[in-house]
Amino acid sequence: MAFNYDKYLRLEKMPTLWCWGCGDGVILKAFVRAIDKMGISRDDVCVVSGIGCSGRFSSYVDFNTVHTTHGRTVAFATGIKLVNPDKYVVCVAGDGDALAIGGNHTIHGARRNIDITLIIINNFIYGLTNSQTSPTTPQGMWTVSQKSGNIDPTFDACALGIASGASFVARESMLDPKKLEKIFVKALEHRGFSYLDILSNCHVNFGRKNKMASAMENLKWIESITMPKKKWDELPEEEKMNIFPTGVLKEDKNAKEYCDLYQEVIAYHQGKRKAITQNDFEKKI
Amino acid sequence: MASGTREVVSSGNELAALAARDAGCRFFAGYPITPSSEIMHEMSDLMPEVGGVCIQMEDEIAGVAAAIGAGMAGVRTMTATSGPGISLKAENLGLAQMAEVPLVVVNVMRGGPSTGLPTRVSQGDVRQAKNPSHGDYRSITLCAGNLGECYTEVVRAFNLADRFMQPVFVLTDETIGHMHGKAMLPTEEEVRNGIVPRKTFDGAPEDYRPYECAPDQPAVLNPMFKGYRYHFTGLHHDSKGFPTEEIETCRKLIQRLEDKVMMHRDEIELNEEFMLDDLTGEEGEVLIIAYGSVSLAAKEAIRHLRAQGIKAGLFRPITLWPSPAESIKKYTDKIKNVLCVELNIRQYTEEVERVSGRLDIQGLYKVNGRAISPYEIVNKVKEVF
Repeated sequence: MAFNYDKYLRLEKMPTLWCWGCGDGVILKAFVRAIDKMGISRDDVCVVSGIGCSGRFSSYVDFNTVHTTHGRTVAFATGIKLVNPDKYVVCVAGDGDALAIGGNHTIHGARRNIDITLIIINNFIYGLTNSQTSPTTPQGMWTVSQKSGNIDPTFDACALGIASGASFVARESMLDPKKLEKIFVKALEHRGFSYLDILSNCHVNFGRKNKMASAMENLKWIESITMPKKKWDELPEEEKMNIFPTGVLKEDKNAKEYCDLYQEVIAYHQGKRKAITQNDFEKKI
Repeated sequence: MASGTREVVSSGNELAALAARDAGCRFFAGYPITPSSEIMHEMSDLMPEVGGVCIQMEDEIAGVAAAIGAGMAGVRTMTATSGPGISLKAENLGLAQMAEVPLVVVNVMRGGPSTGLPTRVSQGDVRQAKNPSHGDYRSITLCAGNLGECYTEVVRAFNLADRFMQPVFVLTDETIGHMHGKAMLPTEEEVRNGIVPRKTFDGAPEDYRPYECAPDQPAVLNPMFKGYRYHFTGLHHDSKGFPTEEIETCRKLIQRLEDKVMMHRDEIELNEEFMLDDLTGEEGEVLIIAYGSVSLAAKEAIRHLRAQGIKAGLFRPITLWPSPAESIKKYTDKIKNVLCVELNIRQYTEEVERVSGRLDIQGLYKVNGRAISPYEIVNKVKEVF
């Protein structure tokens, strides 16, 4: 039987504001299926979104939802999570949202390893505001703010997540909704900062001026620049830089989660343990 | 010692933190900045002691965002900073105004603009507190004038934030934040008994309309994760919190943000009237208007002036915004010689001019990072009147 999404959607808000063929809807549906598969109550989930096309995600799903200012999803979510450590707090942000204006919060949410799932819907462009360059716009692509071609270096979002200390880092694209659903389940189950780079299409404002004006052409391009990590690992070094590996890129189940560590702070201040020292951690410097 | 009070020796910043804990604050997020950092230092002990959370965030923007997040979740929450921090927090303070999220923001003022005089006193953020970010809304701003008020005004701010469902500023300054001395505080029990938590809706979730309220009342926002799933947004929104551009809904929303404060100014206004009783409007009487730490010097000056035969008194607004318009006008109508004393250039004098309708208000302004002494006020009075 086909999956019934109705329970999880705010049907009165349909149709969405997203363009026909946009990947955001595929990602939203995969996320909803993941929540359903895990049997999580809608009351136990908070979805925090930022500004941009992805910002509307939160208003379409029937959870506790917050539509914040541009780039600040992880910062708002940090407050929500710290006072509700046993709830699921999920950020949905675009590439500009999470990596440009909100880059600092992305770094530090990951660094703290707080149990937040960050879904970066990466469509390589500022789609909502008519195709300005984003941090992930590949070098040489046309944008409305760089009409002679983008000279900003191509950026690997997952490299930032790994370097910042997120304990779960993965990349998938909306080409394979089943895989997407699975990666959402893994990320939600993971206790720690889950950093997801989800590649999506924006054929209207990215593809159209870059010789992929249809959703299919845009998706084929995404397919051409991605490869499962196992295969990618076998590529010669010089070819790796032009392909993004997909799948789970980092998973550290032993990394301490921030809310859990804060319980130790509370225990200390309530006289239930000695002060926290380097001996409490594996890394001593 | 009077019953219902306790005597402490502390600093303004420490007292602001203590007040937050006693008023039921259970979340603090901030970022280091002089001269307010001690508030975060204190909160880092006080919050975990009572099972709350204090977190040092990666920047000022994140500090206020995390605090608002906790407020959205339903917890009493605070952040503290100084002028440059408010500048950075401004956009998110606007979101809290729009989405009607209660929050207390302590601003320990230092010299500005820009990096200004980080370790020196100023009252340069009074105008900023009125409208820190873009758009129409009414700021509620309280201003502590002594050590005791660093405590009592923070307590009052928490109750006002929950009553009006919006951020409430408490302005102190470097002098008072770092001043160490004796203060008389209400007991913890009295503060606890005085807590008026935000209203909540306990009907059926399908009947819940968080933003459907009387035209002069704030939103009724239930805590998260309790079965009432709704939407927060900085966009114009309908009764359920969802984005809309419907003409009447947009107009009503912004008008309500204005009216919920301005139609209930009596619940927010608080002033001190010092030695004003015997001012009858005779020639030669002097009305001094000052607030915050400057009022300490003003009171001292008034004692000196009176000893020299000049009948002077002080009107001190403790709530700066919305301004106590009628109360100010009552005195400016009666007393001819009016002197505003501020550690800025005319920031509140312009409000006094507006509400009094007078353009002959005299001023003593200091913007070099140093406090105003009583003698400067005495000399100014003698010079201009």
